[in-house]
Amino acid sequence: MKLSSSDKVLQVWIYILLVLLGLATLYPFWNSAVISFNEGLDTAKGGITLWPRVFTIDNYRIVFQNNRIIDAFLISVSRTVVGTLISIFLTAIFAYGLSVKGVIGKKYYMIFAIITMYFSGGLIPFYLLNRELGLMDTFWVMVIPTAVSVWNMIIFRTFFMGLPDGLEESAKIDGASTFGIFFKIVLPLSGPVLATLSLFTAVYHWNDWFTATIFINDAKLYPIQTLLQQIMNSNTMSEQLSIASQGSGAASDALSRMQSVTSKSLTMATMMVATIPIVLVYPFVQRFFVKGVMIGSLKE
Amino acid sequence: MIFPALIFILVFNYFPMYGVLMAFQDYSLFKGFFGSTWAGFKHFEMFFNSPDFYRVIRNTIVISLLKLVINFPAPILLALMLNEVRNMAFKRIIQTISYLPHFLSWVIVSGFTISILSVDNGSLNISLQALGLIDKPINFLSLPEYFWGIIVTTNLWKEIGFATIVYLAAIAGVNPSLYEAASIDGANKFKQIFLITLPSITPVIIIFLILNIGSLLNAGFDDLLLLGRSAMLRDVADVIDTYAYRVGIINNRFSYAAAVGLFKAIISVGLLTMANYMARRAGSSLW
Repeated sequence: MKLSSSDKVLQVWIYILLVLLGLATLYPFWNSAVISFNEGLDTAKGGITLWPRVFTIDNYRIVFQNNRIIDAFLISVSRTVVGTLISIFLTAIFAYGLSVKGVIGKKYYMIFAIITMYFSGGLIPFYLLNRELGLMDTFWVMVIPTAVSVWNMIIFRTFFMGLPDGLEESAKIDGASTFGIFFKIVLPLSGPVLATLSLFTAVYHWNDWFTATIFINDAKLYPIQTLLQQIMNSNTMSEQLSIASQGSGAASDALSRMQSVTSKSLTMATMMVATIPIVLVYPFVQRFFVKGVMIGSLKE
Repeated sequence: MIFPALIFILVFNYFPMYGVLMAFQDYSLFKGFFGSTWAGFKHFEMFFNSPDFYRVIRNTIVISLLKLVINFPAPILLALMLNEVRNMAFKRIIQTISYLPHFLSWVIVSGFTISILSVDNGSLNISLQALGLIDKPINFLSLPEYFWGIIVTTNLWKEIGFATIVYLAAIAGVNPSLYEAASIDGANKFKQIFLITLPSITPVIIIFLILNIGSLLNAGFDDLLLLGRSAMLRDVADVIDTYAYRVGIINNRFSYAAAVGLFKAIISVGLLTMANYMARRAGSSLW
Protein backbone atom coordinates (compact mmCIF):
# COMPACT_ATOMS: atom_id res chain seq x y z
CA MET A 1 0.00 0.00 0.00
CA LYS A 2 1.40 3.41 -0.93
CA LEU A 3 1.57 5.98 1.81
CA SER A 4 0.25 9.47 1.18
CA SER A 5 2.37 12.42 2.26
CA SER A 6 0.30 13.05 5.38
CA ASP A 7 0.72 9.38 6.31
CA LYS A 8 4.47 9.74 5.94
CA VAL A 9 4.52 12.73 8.28
CA LEU A 10 2.54 10.72 10.82
CA GLN A 11 4.96 7.81 10.48
CA VAL A 12 7.97 10.03 11.07
CA TRP A 13 6.39 11.50 14.19
CA ILE A 14 5.55 8.07 15.54
CA TYR A 15 9.13 6.85 15.06
CA ILE A 16 10.52 9.96 16.75
CA LEU A 17 8.16 9.62 19.72
CA LEU A 18 8.90 5.91 20.13
CA VAL A 19 12.64 6.46 20.05
CA LEU A 20 12.28 9.17 22.69
CA LEU A 21 10.17 6.87 24.83
CA GLY A 22 12.76 4.09 24.53
CA LEU A 23 15.57 6.43 25.54
CA ALA A 24 13.56 7.82 28.46
CA THR A 25 12.91 4.28 29.67
CA LEU A 26 16.55 3.24 29.45
CA TYR A 27 18.15 6.40 30.80
CA PRO A 28 17.56 5.77 34.55
CA PHE A 29 19.25 2.34 34.26
CA TRP A 30 22.13 3.80 32.32
CA ASN A 31 22.61 6.78 34.60
CA SER A 32 22.62 4.62 37.74
CA ALA A 33 25.05 2.16 36.19
CA VAL A 34 27.35 5.03 35.21
CA ILE A 35 27.29 6.48 38.74
CA SER A 36 27.96 3.05 40.21
CA PHE A 37 31.14 2.81 38.11
CA ASN A 38 32.32 6.33 38.88
CA GLU A 39 34.54 7.23 41.80
CA GLY A 40 32.29 8.41 44.64
CA LEU A 41 34.13 11.62 45.52
CA ASP A 42 34.26 12.56 41.88
CA THR A 43 30.53 11.95 41.47
CA ALA A 44 29.90 14.38 44.29
CA LYS A 45 31.48 17.12 42.17
CA GLY A 46 28.56 16.74 39.82
CA GLY A 47 27.96 16.44 36.12
CA ILE A 48 27.85 12.64 35.79
CA THR A 49 25.11 11.91 33.27
CA LEU A 50 26.14 9.75 30.30
CA TRP A 51 29.66 8.42 30.97
CA PRO A 52 31.78 7.71 34.04
CA ARG A 53 34.43 10.38 34.45
CA VAL A 54 36.75 8.52 36.80
CA PHE A 55 36.12 4.83 36.23
CA THR A 56 36.41 2.54 39.24
CA ILE A 57 35.05 -0.74 40.54
CA ASP A 58 35.67 0.23 44.18
CA ASN A 59 31.96 0.70 44.84
CA TYR A 60 31.29 -2.88 43.84
CA ARG A 61 34.26 -4.08 45.87
CA ILE A 62 32.70 -2.60 49.00
CA VAL A 63 29.37 -4.19 48.13
CA PHE A 64 30.84 -7.62 47.51
CA GLN A 65 33.03 -7.49 50.63
CA ASN A 66 30.00 -6.69 52.72
CA ASN A 67 28.64 -9.83 54.35
CA ARG A 68 25.29 -8.25 55.05
CA ILE A 69 24.66 -7.42 51.42
CA ILE A 70 25.80 -10.87 50.28
CA ASP A 71 23.54 -12.50 52.88
CA ALA A 72 20.59 -10.38 51.82
CA PHE A 73 21.21 -11.38 48.22
CA LEU A 74 21.24 -15.05 49.19
CA ILE A 75 18.07 -14.63 51.28
CA SER A 76 16.40 -13.11 48.22
CA VAL A 77 17.56 -15.96 46.00
CA SER A 78 16.39 -18.69 48.39
CA ARG A 79 13.13 -16.91 49.09
CA THR A 80 12.48 -16.58 45.37
CA VAL A 81 13.20 -20.25 44.68
CA VAL A 82 11.40 -21.71 47.72
CA GLY A 83 8.50 -19.24 47.54
CA THR A 84 7.89 -19.82 43.85
CA LEU A 85 8.02 -23.61 44.15
CA ILE A 86 5.60 -23.75 47.09
CA SER A 87 3.22 -21.21 45.62
CA ILE A 88 3.10 -22.68 42.13
CA PHE A 89 2.69 -26.22 43.46
CA LEU A 90 -0.15 -25.37 45.88
CA THR A 91 -1.89 -23.10 43.42
CA ALA A 92 -1.61 -25.51 40.50
CA ILE A 93 -2.97 -28.57 42.34
CA PHE A 94 -5.76 -26.38 43.71
CA ALA A 95 -6.63 -25.22 40.20
CA TYR A 96 -6.45 -28.75 38.85
CA GLY A 97 -8.73 -30.05 41.61
CA LEU A 98 -11.22 -27.37 40.69
CA SER A 99 -11.02 -28.16 36.97
CA VAL A 100 -11.65 -31.91 37.22
CA LYS A 101 -15.17 -32.92 36.32
CA GLY A 102 -17.44 -34.36 39.03
CA VAL A 103 -15.79 -32.96 42.18
CA ILE A 104 -18.53 -32.42 44.75
CA GLY A 105 -19.08 -28.82 45.84
CA LYS A 106 -16.58 -27.49 43.29
CA LYS A 107 -18.66 -24.40 42.69
CA TYR A 108 -18.68 -23.50 46.38
CA TYR A 109 -14.92 -23.93 46.76
CA MET A 110 -14.53 -21.62 43.79
CA ILE A 111 -16.77 -18.98 45.36
CA PHE A 112 -14.96 -19.45 48.68
CA ALA A 113 -11.69 -18.63 46.94
CA ILE A 114 -12.96 -15.78 44.78
CA ILE A 115 -14.50 -13.90 47.71
CA THR A 116 -10.99 -13.28 49.03
CA MET A 117 -10.18 -11.31 45.91
CA TYR A 118 -12.74 -8.70 46.89
CA PHE A 119 -12.80 -8.75 50.68
CA SER A 120 -9.90 -8.81 53.04
CA GLY A 121 -9.44 -8.07 56.68
CA GLY A 122 -6.78 -5.52 55.87
CA LEU A 123 -3.19 -5.15 56.87
CA ILE A 124 -3.63 -4.88 60.64
CA PRO A 125 -5.36 -8.23 61.35
CA PHE A 126 -3.05 -9.91 58.84
CA TYR A 127 -0.12 -8.56 60.79
CA LEU A 128 -1.58 -9.68 64.11
CA LEU A 129 -2.32 -13.14 62.72
CA ASN A 130 1.24 -13.71 61.56
CA ARG A 131 2.43 -12.52 64.93
CA GLU A 132 0.13 -14.96 66.73
CA LEU A 133 1.31 -17.78 64.51
CA GLY A 134 4.88 -17.07 65.49
CA LEU A 135 5.90 -16.22 61.96
CA MET A 136 7.47 -12.90 62.96
CA ASP A 137 11.21 -12.85 62.38
CA THR A 138 11.24 -16.08 60.41
CA PHE A 139 12.14 -16.82 56.82
CA TRP A 140 8.72 -18.45 56.36
CA VAL A 141 6.71 -15.29 56.83
CA MET A 142 7.95 -14.23 53.38
CA VAL A 143 6.83 -17.50 51.80
CA ILE A 144 3.83 -19.05 53.57
CA PRO A 145 1.09 -16.40 54.04
CA THR A 146 0.95 -15.45 50.36
CA ALA A 147 1.52 -18.97 49.02
CA VAL A 148 -1.93 -19.48 47.48
CA SER A 149 -2.78 -16.95 44.80
CA VAL A 150 -6.43 -17.03 43.77
CA TRP A 151 -5.69 -14.93 40.73
CA ASN A 152 -3.08 -17.44 39.50
CA MET A 153 -5.43 -20.29 40.36
CA ILE A 154 -8.06 -18.88 37.99
CA ILE A 155 -5.52 -18.56 35.20
CA PHE A 156 -4.28 -22.14 35.77
CA ARG A 157 -7.83 -23.44 35.90
CA THR A 158 -8.84 -21.69 32.67
CA PHE A 159 -5.83 -23.29 31.01
CA PHE A 160 -6.46 -26.78 32.45
CA MET A 161 -10.08 -26.70 31.36
CA GLY A 162 -8.94 -25.97 27.81
CA LEU A 163 -6.99 -29.25 27.64
CA PRO A 164 -8.76 -32.04 25.72
CA ASP A 165 -10.83 -34.28 28.03
CA GLY A 166 -9.89 -37.43 26.12
CA LEU A 167 -6.32 -37.37 27.44
CA GLU A 168 -7.36 -37.64 31.05
CA GLU A 169 -10.07 -40.17 30.35
CA SER A 170 -7.73 -42.53 28.56
CA ALA A 171 -5.18 -42.22 31.37
CA LYS A 172 -7.90 -42.98 33.89
CA ILE A 173 -8.85 -46.09 31.96
CA ASP A 174 -5.19 -47.12 32.06
CA GLY A 175 -5.40 -46.89 35.84
CA ALA A 176 -3.62 -43.58 36.56
CA SER A 177 -4.49 -41.75 39.81
CA THR A 178 -5.55 -38.11 39.86
CA PHE A 179 -2.08 -37.09 41.02
CA GLY A 180 -0.55 -39.34 38.36
CA ILE A 181 -2.60 -37.69 35.64
CA PHE A 182 -1.70 -34.25 36.95
CA PHE A 183 2.06 -34.86 37.04
CA LYS A 184 2.44 -37.08 33.98
CA ILE A 185 -0.07 -35.56 31.60
CA VAL A 186 -1.41 -32.16 32.64
CA LEU A 187 1.80 -30.49 33.85
CA PRO A 188 3.93 -31.45 30.83
CA LEU A 189 1.27 -29.87 28.61
CA SER A 190 1.19 -26.66 30.66
CA GLY A 191 4.60 -25.28 29.72
CA PRO A 192 3.65 -21.71 28.76
CA VAL A 193 1.23 -21.04 31.61
CA LEU A 194 3.59 -22.67 34.11
CA ALA A 195 6.47 -20.54 32.87
CA THR A 196 4.46 -17.32 32.94
CA LEU A 197 3.00 -17.74 36.39
CA SER A 198 6.34 -18.93 37.79
CA LEU A 199 7.95 -15.83 36.33
CA PHE A 200 5.37 -13.50 37.87
CA THR A 201 5.58 -15.25 41.24
CA ALA A 202 9.37 -15.18 41.17
CA VAL A 203 9.38 -11.48 40.28
CA TYR A 204 7.00 -10.81 43.16
CA HIS A 205 9.32 -12.58 45.59
CA TRP A 206 12.44 -10.94 44.27
CA ASN A 207 10.89 -7.46 44.41
CA ASP A 208 8.88 -7.59 47.63
CA TRP A 209 10.44 -5.43 50.30
CA PHE A 210 7.41 -4.60 52.41
CA THR A 211 6.78 -8.02 53.99
CA ALA A 212 10.21 -8.05 55.54
CA THR A 213 9.86 -4.40 56.59
CA ILE A 214 6.89 -5.15 58.82
CA PHE A 215 7.44 -8.78 59.86
CA ILE A 216 11.19 -8.98 60.26
CA ASN A 217 13.24 -7.10 62.82
CA ASP A 218 16.31 -9.29 62.60
CA ALA A 219 18.34 -7.59 59.90
CA LYS A 220 20.11 -10.88 59.14
CA LEU A 221 16.91 -12.09 57.45
CA TYR A 222 16.41 -9.04 55.25
CA PRO A 223 16.10 -9.71 51.53
CA ILE A 224 18.14 -7.43 49.28
CA GLN A 225 15.28 -5.04 48.46
CA THR A 226 14.51 -4.39 52.12
CA LEU A 227 18.18 -3.89 52.96
CA LEU A 228 18.52 -1.56 49.99
CA GLN A 229 15.51 0.42 51.11
CA GLN A 230 17.03 0.85 54.57
CA ILE A 231 20.34 1.88 53.08
CA MET A 232 18.60 4.45 50.89
CA ASN A 233 16.59 5.65 53.86
CA SER A 234 19.67 6.66 55.79
CA ASN A 235 21.46 9.82 54.89
CA THR A 236 25.04 9.27 55.83
CA MET A 237 27.67 6.79 54.91
CA SER A 238 28.27 5.76 58.51
CA GLU A 239 24.56 5.11 59.08
CA GLN A 240 24.46 3.07 55.90
CA LEU A 241 27.47 1.01 56.86
CA SER A 242 26.10 0.35 60.30
CA ILE A 243 22.91 -0.97 58.67
CA ALA A 244 24.86 -2.94 56.15
CA SER A 245 27.52 -4.34 58.42
CA GLN A 246 26.04 -4.98 61.85
CA GLY A 247 28.28 -7.40 63.64
CA SER A 248 31.06 -7.41 61.08
CA GLY A 249 33.97 -5.07 60.89
CA ALA A 250 34.88 -6.15 57.37
CA ALA A 251 32.94 -3.42 55.59
CA SER A 252 34.26 -0.53 57.63
CA ASP A 253 37.78 -1.93 57.26
CA ALA A 254 37.28 -2.07 53.54
CA LEU A 255 35.90 1.43 53.60
CA SER A 256 38.91 2.86 55.39
CA ARG A 257 41.02 1.47 52.59
CA MET A 258 38.83 3.08 49.93
CA GLN A 259 38.15 6.63 50.97
CA SER A 260 36.67 7.55 47.64
CA VAL A 261 33.43 5.60 48.11
CA THR A 262 30.49 7.76 49.11
CA SER A 263 26.98 7.10 50.28
CA LYS A 264 25.57 7.73 46.82
CA SER A 265 28.03 5.51 44.99
CA LEU A 266 27.46 2.69 47.49
CA THR A 267 23.68 2.98 47.08
CA MET A 268 23.96 2.92 43.31
CA ALA A 269 26.17 -0.16 43.29
CA THR A 270 23.78 -1.97 45.66
CA MET A 271 20.86 -0.94 43.46
CA MET A 272 22.56 -2.42 40.42
CA VAL A 273 23.16 -5.68 42.30
CA ALA A 274 19.44 -5.85 43.13
CA THR A 275 18.41 -5.04 39.54
CA ILE A 276 20.77 -7.16 37.49
CA PRO A 277 19.19 -10.60 38.12
CA ILE A 278 15.88 -9.37 36.69
CA VAL A 279 17.51 -7.71 33.70
CA LEU A 280 19.41 -10.95 33.02
CA VAL A 281 16.45 -13.37 33.08
CA TYR A 282 14.09 -10.98 31.40
CA PRO A 283 15.05 -11.53 27.72
CA PHE A 284 14.66 -15.30 28.13
CA VAL A 285 11.17 -15.19 29.52
CA GLN A 286 9.76 -12.28 27.56
CA ARG A 287 8.17 -14.45 24.89
CA PHE A 288 6.24 -16.34 27.57
CA PHE A 289 4.71 -13.52 29.52
CA VAL A 290 3.04 -11.77 26.60
CA LYS A 291 1.09 -14.96 26.07
CA GLY A 292 0.55 -15.30 29.82
CA VAL A 293 -0.91 -11.84 30.19
CA MET A 294 -3.37 -12.68 27.45
CA ILE A 295 -4.51 -15.85 29.21
CA GLY A 296 -4.88 -13.83 32.38
CA SER A 297 -7.07 -11.18 30.83
CA LEU A 298 -9.51 -13.70 29.37
CA LYS A 299 -12.60 -14.36 31.38
CA GLU A 300 -14.46 -17.61 31.65
CA MET B 1 -5.76 -31.86 45.96
CA ILE B 2 -7.74 -28.78 46.76
CA PHE B 3 -7.61 -29.05 50.56
CA PRO B 4 -4.10 -27.76 51.26
CA ALA B 5 -4.91 -24.57 49.39
CA LEU B 6 -8.33 -24.27 51.03
CA ILE B 7 -6.68 -24.40 54.45
CA PHE B 8 -4.23 -21.67 53.43
CA ILE B 9 -7.08 -19.49 52.23
CA LEU B 10 -9.06 -20.12 55.39
CA VAL B 11 -6.17 -19.23 57.66
CA PHE B 12 -4.54 -16.37 55.82
CA ASN B 13 -7.52 -14.79 54.07
CA TYR B 14 -10.62 -15.58 56.08
CA PHE B 15 -9.22 -15.51 59.57
CA PRO B 16 -7.98 -11.88 59.31
CA MET B 17 -11.50 -10.83 58.40
CA TYR B 18 -12.14 -10.54 62.13
CA GLY B 19 -10.48 -7.19 61.56
CA VAL B 20 -13.90 -5.96 60.56
CA LEU B 21 -14.98 -6.46 64.16
CA MET B 22 -11.71 -5.22 65.57
CA ALA B 23 -12.59 -1.77 64.25
CA PHE B 24 -15.48 -1.72 66.75
CA GLN B 25 -13.29 -2.72 69.70
CA ASP B 26 -10.62 -1.18 71.84
CA TYR B 27 -8.27 -3.90 70.76
CA SER B 28 -5.49 -4.67 73.15
CA LEU B 29 -2.61 -6.96 72.26
CA PHE B 30 -2.56 -8.44 75.75
CA LYS B 31 -6.27 -9.15 75.99
CA GLY B 32 -6.59 -10.42 72.45
CA PHE B 33 -9.66 -10.42 70.27
CA PHE B 34 -12.00 -12.09 72.75
CA GLY B 35 -10.86 -10.17 75.79
CA SER B 36 -10.89 -6.67 74.32
CA THR B 37 -13.77 -4.34 75.15
CA TRP B 38 -16.29 -3.14 72.58
CA ALA B 39 -16.14 0.48 71.58
CA GLY B 40 -18.94 0.97 69.07
CA PHE B 41 -18.25 3.59 66.42
CA LYS B 42 -15.70 5.45 68.51
CA HIS B 43 -12.79 4.85 66.13
CA PHE B 44 -14.79 5.83 63.09
CA GLU B 45 -15.87 9.06 64.76
CA MET B 46 -12.29 9.77 65.72
CA PHE B 47 -11.22 9.30 62.12
CA PHE B 48 -14.02 11.44 60.67
CA ASN B 49 -13.36 14.22 63.16
CA SER B 50 -9.59 14.17 62.92
CA PRO B 51 -7.82 16.83 60.89
CA ASP B 52 -6.20 13.97 58.93
CA PHE B 53 -9.52 12.93 57.42
CA TYR B 54 -9.90 15.71 54.85
CA ARG B 55 -6.22 15.59 53.88
CA VAL B 56 -6.11 11.81 53.47
CA ILE B 57 -9.35 11.60 51.47
CA ARG B 58 -8.34 14.49 49.24
CA ASN B 59 -4.94 12.98 48.49
CA THR B 60 -6.40 9.55 47.81
CA ILE B 61 -8.94 10.88 45.35
CA VAL B 62 -6.66 13.42 43.66
CA ILE B 63 -3.78 10.96 43.19
CA SER B 64 -5.94 8.14 41.86
CA LEU B 65 -7.84 10.51 39.54
CA LEU B 66 -4.56 11.89 38.21
CA LYS B 67 -3.34 8.36 37.61
CA LEU B 68 -6.62 7.52 35.89
CA VAL B 69 -6.73 10.59 33.65
CA ILE B 70 -3.08 10.47 32.57
CA ASN B 71 -1.89 6.89 32.99
CA PHE B 72 -5.00 5.17 31.71
CA PRO B 73 -5.04 6.58 28.15
CA ALA B 74 -1.25 6.54 27.76
CA PRO B 75 -0.89 2.78 27.02
CA ILE B 76 -3.71 3.02 24.47
CA LEU B 77 -1.83 5.79 22.70
CA LEU B 78 1.37 3.73 22.81
CA ALA B 79 -0.43 0.71 21.38
CA LEU B 80 -1.85 2.82 18.54
CA MET B 81 1.61 4.15 17.75
CA LEU B 82 3.29 0.74 17.91
CA ASN B 83 0.64 -0.62 15.58
CA GLU B 84 1.66 1.86 12.88
CA VAL B 85 5.29 0.73 12.96
CA ARG B 86 6.11 -1.33 9.87
CA ASN B 87 9.66 -2.24 10.82
CA MET B 88 9.19 -5.36 12.98
CA ALA B 89 12.69 -5.32 14.50
CA PHE B 90 12.22 -1.73 15.64
CA LYS B 91 8.79 -2.54 17.04
CA ARG B 92 10.15 -5.49 19.02
CA ILE B 93 13.04 -3.47 20.43
CA ILE B 94 10.75 -0.67 21.62
CA GLN B 95 8.34 -3.17 23.17
CA THR B 96 11.11 -5.06 24.94
CA ILE B 97 12.45 -1.83 26.41
CA SER B 98 9.04 -0.57 27.48
CA TYR B 99 8.10 -3.76 29.36
CA LEU B 100 11.28 -3.83 31.40
CA PRO B 101 10.43 -1.33 34.19
CA HIS B 102 7.34 -3.33 35.13
CA PHE B 103 9.63 -6.02 36.52
CA LEU B 104 11.54 -3.72 38.85
CA SER B 105 10.67 -3.24 42.49
CA TRP B 106 9.41 0.11 43.73
CA VAL B 107 12.56 0.32 45.85
CA ILE B 108 14.66 0.36 42.68
CA VAL B 109 12.30 2.72 40.85
CA SER B 110 12.31 5.13 43.76
CA GLY B 111 16.10 4.86 43.82
CA PHE B 112 16.25 5.87 40.15
CA THR B 113 13.79 8.70 40.76
CA ILE B 114 15.66 10.05 43.78
CA SER B 115 18.95 9.88 41.89
CA ILE B 116 17.69 11.67 38.78
CA LEU B 117 15.81 14.35 40.70
CA SER B 118 18.40 14.89 43.41
CA VAL B 119 19.30 18.46 44.15
CA ASP B 120 23.01 17.85 44.16
CA ASN B 121 23.86 16.68 40.68
CA GLY B 122 20.68 14.90 39.64
CA SER B 123 20.47 14.54 35.87
CA LEU B 124 17.31 16.62 35.61
CA ASN B 125 18.79 19.57 37.45
CA ILE B 126 21.99 19.31 35.42
CA SER B 127 20.02 19.31 32.16
CA LEU B 128 17.71 22.15 33.13
CA GLN B 129 20.69 24.26 34.18
CA ALA B 130 22.56 23.44 30.99
CA LEU B 131 19.55 24.55 28.98
CA GLY B 132 19.41 27.76 30.99
CA LEU B 133 15.88 27.12 32.21
CA ILE B 134 16.74 27.43 35.90
CA ASP B 135 19.50 29.26 37.77
CA LYS B 136 19.94 26.98 40.73
CA PRO B 137 18.99 23.35 41.34
CA ILE B 138 15.43 22.62 42.46
CA ASN B 139 14.87 20.19 45.31
CA PHE B 140 12.08 18.35 43.50
CA LEU B 141 11.57 15.66 46.13
CA SER B 142 10.93 17.90 49.08
CA LEU B 143 8.62 20.48 47.50
CA PRO B 144 4.93 19.54 47.78
CA GLU B 145 3.99 21.20 44.49
CA TYR B 146 6.01 18.70 42.44
CA PHE B 147 5.00 15.55 44.30
CA TRP B 148 1.85 14.53 42.44
CA GLY B 149 3.55 15.10 39.11
CA ILE B 150 6.48 12.92 40.18
CA ILE B 151 4.18 10.10 41.33
CA VAL B 152 2.20 10.14 38.08
CA THR B 153 5.37 10.23 35.96
CA THR B 154 7.14 7.39 37.77
CA ASN B 155 4.02 5.24 37.57
CA LEU B 156 3.74 6.03 33.88
CA TRP B 157 7.38 5.13 33.31
CA LYS B 158 7.00 1.85 35.20
CA GLU B 159 3.75 0.53 33.77
CA ILE B 160 3.06 2.05 30.34
CA GLY B 161 4.72 -0.71 28.32
CA PHE B 162 3.17 -3.58 30.21
CA ALA B 163 -0.35 -2.16 30.09
CA THR B 164 0.05 -1.87 26.32
CA ILE B 165 0.12 -5.66 25.80
CA VAL B 166 -3.63 -6.12 26.06
CA TYR B 167 -4.45 -3.22 23.74
CA LEU B 168 -1.96 -4.40 21.13
CA ALA B 169 -3.60 -7.83 21.19
CA ALA B 170 -7.02 -6.23 20.79
CA ILE B 171 -5.78 -4.19 17.82
CA ALA B 172 -4.30 -7.33 16.26
CA GLY B 173 -7.82 -8.79 16.24
CA VAL B 174 -9.26 -6.04 14.03
CA ASN B 175 -10.33 -7.28 10.60
CA PRO B 176 -7.71 -6.05 8.05
CA SER B 177 -10.29 -5.73 5.26
CA LEU B 178 -11.76 -2.76 7.12
CA TYR B 179 -8.50 -0.86 6.57
CA GLU B 180 -8.37 -1.81 2.89
CA ALA B 181 -11.92 -0.61 2.34
CA ALA B 182 -11.19 2.64 4.17
CA SER B 183 -8.04 3.35 2.23
CA ILE B 184 -9.86 2.75 -1.08
CA ASP B 185 -12.40 5.30 0.12
CA GLY B 186 -9.49 7.69 0.63
CA ALA B 187 -9.12 7.68 4.41
CA ASN B 188 -5.60 8.51 5.53
CA LYS B 189 -3.86 6.73 8.43
CA PHE B 190 -5.00 9.30 10.95
CA LYS B 191 -8.63 8.84 9.95
CA GLN B 192 -8.24 5.06 9.95
CA ILE B 193 -6.97 5.18 13.54
CA PHE B 194 -9.93 7.25 14.66
CA LEU B 195 -12.63 5.59 12.57
CA ILE B 196 -11.55 1.94 12.64
CA THR B 197 -8.88 1.06 15.23
CA LEU B 198 -10.24 3.04 18.16
CA PRO B 199 -13.90 2.02 17.76
CA SER B 200 -12.81 -1.61 17.33
CA ILE B 201 -10.98 -1.72 20.65
CA THR B 202 -13.53 0.39 22.55
CA PRO B 203 -15.07 -2.63 24.37
CA VAL B 204 -11.65 -3.56 25.79
CA ILE B 205 -11.01 0.05 26.77
CA ILE B 206 -14.38 0.29 28.54
CA ILE B 207 -13.81 -2.89 30.54
CA PHE B 208 -10.43 -1.69 31.75
CA LEU B 209 -11.78 1.77 32.50
CA ILE B 210 -14.55 0.29 34.63
CA LEU B 211 -12.08 -1.96 36.44
CA ASN B 212 -10.03 1.13 37.21
CA ILE B 213 -13.03 2.96 38.58
CA GLY B 214 -13.72 -0.01 40.86
CA SER B 215 -10.33 0.45 42.47
CA LEU B 216 -10.47 4.22 42.63
CA LEU B 217 -9.46 4.33 46.30
CA ASN B 218 -6.25 2.43 45.58
CA ALA B 219 -4.12 5.46 45.01
CA GLY B 220 -0.96 3.41 45.46
CA PHE B 221 1.12 2.29 48.39
CA ASP B 222 4.75 1.46 47.67
CA ASP B 223 5.31 4.50 45.50
CA LEU B 224 3.77 6.90 48.01
CA LEU B 225 5.53 5.32 50.97
CA LEU B 226 8.95 5.32 49.31
CA LEU B 227 8.87 8.66 47.52
CA GLY B 228 6.72 10.58 49.99
CA ARG B 229 8.86 9.78 53.00
CA SER B 230 9.95 13.35 53.69
CA ALA B 231 7.94 15.02 56.48
CA MET B 232 7.50 18.05 54.23
CA LEU B 233 5.47 15.92 51.84
CA ARG B 234 3.06 14.46 54.36
CA ASP B 235 0.31 16.93 53.41
CA VAL B 236 0.30 15.73 49.81
CA ALA B 237 1.57 12.15 50.10
CA ASP B 238 -0.62 10.60 52.79
CA VAL B 239 -3.41 8.43 51.35
CA ILE B 240 -5.82 6.09 53.17
CA ASP B 241 -3.56 3.06 52.84
CA THR B 242 -0.31 4.69 53.90
CA TYR B 243 -2.13 6.44 56.75
CA ALA B 244 -3.61 3.18 58.03
CA TYR B 245 -0.17 1.58 57.84
CA ARG B 246 1.46 4.38 59.74
CA VAL B 247 -1.04 4.64 62.58
CA GLY B 248 -1.53 0.87 62.73
CA ILE B 249 1.82 -0.81 62.41
CA ILE B 250 4.14 2.00 63.37
CA ASN B 251 2.07 3.69 66.11
CA ASN B 252 0.34 0.47 67.23
CA ARG B 253 -3.16 2.00 67.16
CA PHE B 254 -4.64 -1.23 65.83
CA SER B 255 -8.36 -0.55 66.22
CA TYR B 256 -8.17 2.95 64.81
CA ALA B 257 -6.23 1.72 61.77
CA ALA B 258 -8.69 -1.14 61.31
CA ALA B 259 -11.54 1.38 61.31
CA VAL B 260 -9.75 3.45 58.67
CA GLY B 261 -9.19 0.30 56.61
CA LEU B 262 -12.83 -0.77 56.98
CA PHE B 263 -14.06 2.64 55.90
CA LYS B 264 -12.01 2.30 52.74
CA ALA B 265 -13.17 -1.29 52.15
CA ILE B 266 -16.84 -0.31 52.38
CA ILE B 267 -16.50 2.48 49.84
CA SER B 268 -14.39 0.23 47.60
CA VAL B 269 -17.00 -2.53 47.61
CA GLY B 270 -19.62 0.07 46.73
CA LEU B 271 -17.49 1.36 43.84
CA LEU B 272 -16.78 -2.19 42.68
CA THR B 273 -20.45 -3.15 42.70
CA MET B 274 -21.25 -0.02 40.73
CA ALA B 275 -18.42 -0.74 38.33
CA ASN B 276 -19.60 -4.30 37.81
CA TYR B 277 -23.12 -3.07 37.14
CA MET B 278 -21.76 -0.66 34.54
CA ALA B 279 -19.62 -3.42 33.05
CA ARG B 280 -22.63 -5.67 32.74
CA ARG B 281 -24.50 -2.91 30.95
CA ALA B 282 -21.48 -2.52 28.70
CA GLY B 283 -21.72 -6.17 27.80
CA SER B 284 -19.35 -8.01 30.10
CA SER B 285 -19.31 -8.53 33.83
CA LEU B 286 -16.41 -9.16 36.15
CA TRP B 287 -18.06 -12.00 38.02
